[in-house]
Amino acid sequence: MRRVIDISAEQIAPTVEELLNQQGVPPGAVHDEPTLRAAREAIALWGHLSQPMGIFAEIAIHDFAQVYIGDGRNEPETPLPNIYQRADALALFAVTVGHDIEQEIRRLFETNEFPLGAMLDAAASVSAENAADIVQDKVQKHLSVIGRWDRSKGIMPFSPGYCGWHVSGQRALFDTLHPEEIGIELSDSYLMQPLKSISGLLVAGPRDIFQFDDDFPFCSECATHSCRERIMSIIENQPKADTRWE
Amino acid sequence: MDTLQRLSENMQKGNADQVARLTQQAIDEGCEPKTILDDALVGGMAVVGEKFKKHEIFLPHVLLAAKAMHAGMDLLKPLLVKDGIPTIGKVVTGTVQGDLHDIGKNLVGIMLKGAGFDVIDLGRDVSPEKFLDAAVSEKANVIGMSALLTTTMPVMKKVIALAHERNVRNQLKFIVGGAPMSKEYAQEIGADAYCYDAVSAVESVKRFMGAH
Repeated sequence: MRRVIDISAEQIAPTVEELLNQQGVPPGAVHDEPTLRAAREAIALWGHLSQPMGIFAEIAIHDFAQVYIGDGRNEPETPLPNIYQRADALALFAVTVGHDIEQEIRRLFETNEFPLGAMLDAAASVSAENAADIVQDKVQKHLSVIGRWDRSKGIMPFSPGYCGWHVSGQRALFDTLHPEEIGIELSDSYLMQPLKSISGLLVAGPRDIFQFDDDFPFCSECATHSCRERIMSIIENQPKADTRWE
Repeated sequence: MDTLQRLSENMQKGNADQVARLTQQAIDEGCEPKTILDDALVGGMAVVGEKFKKHEIFLPHVLLAAKAMHAGMDLLKPLLVKDGIPTIGKVVTGTVQGDLHDIGKNLVGIMLKGAGFDVIDLGRDVSPEKFLDAAVSEKANVIGMSALLTTTMPVMKKVIALAHERNVRNQLKFIVGGAPMSKEYAQEIGADAYCYDAVSAVESVKRFMGAH
């Protein structure tokens, strides 16, 4: 199953709060009018310029094993093999918010419109993440329809460049998924263009397969340890036992 | 409150129109362009930088102030050039070859300009040769390199190696930054400083130039 997804801008529109958070403004901080004005202006501009698209393709575990090996530059020990090998379903995916936003961000910085440029950059980053969530929902729904996913299970994305999966893995991912169809190109340095694009693997399966400790050697170089939050969200969203009295 | 003080305060608040108006007013009142630059604009940005460092304000405020500063700089620059006033230092910046991320590099450039440095921005996907050619021809003091990919980080090492090859390493300081970078990697490739963010980049360059 391979599908190109037209994502509407309304589905992934960023909020003022998300833009500010993306730029390091903590939740609850008081915002002055010029800041809010720049954020609103950026969201309006984003609405005109964004061209969100997504693509996903299911992939068998043994086929993904080849993609994962890539050109052999992954860390010796990584959490992903232990996860994807126990999955019920896998899908490669990619999303982008298009070229136009990127050009406008550059133009804004070149003309000293720094606040708006940074806001638009944040809007593009947030909306690309939102677009990835939309594709994840689509994959989840597709798997539900064919009986390979239900609420007792989890689904989580992984991307080359994170968790020991070397960024050069993008090449094998692109050779299999072909996100060029939605306008994403890969450079020799494994950089996606447009920059505001996300690619990776969606793993669907029993919730316990996603648990791992962040004590791999490369974890010490990770600034965010965002895997903790992602794992927790899967564990915490576990449907509770039905305790209603009938 | 005198014009320079009002200018500085309006710049810190990001009031670009007021900054342009007050800069022109200060010029008309006979203030030296260098005094306007140092006392009102660079001085104001230093306050902004300090507040940012202490998390009293955040990036959007810094960028509003930077935009306002440029509104004043646009008026001052021709006068400073005419008066032959040298800048406190020149920095060549760029995102290394193979990498197209430039927001971080742009922020460093904005903050360096705000601190009074002359910044030559080479843009993105900059080859080692281009970094060195520009630094030598512009008589730059510092090269600032940014990379956001582990696959493009090694280009930084090539730039520094090329500086050795061309016998200009001693004339230049190298600062490096970007998400995958670390202090250890900076040391490994022979850079002079790893800059975690734009504020630390300004601090490093100031230290190299002996400016405080």
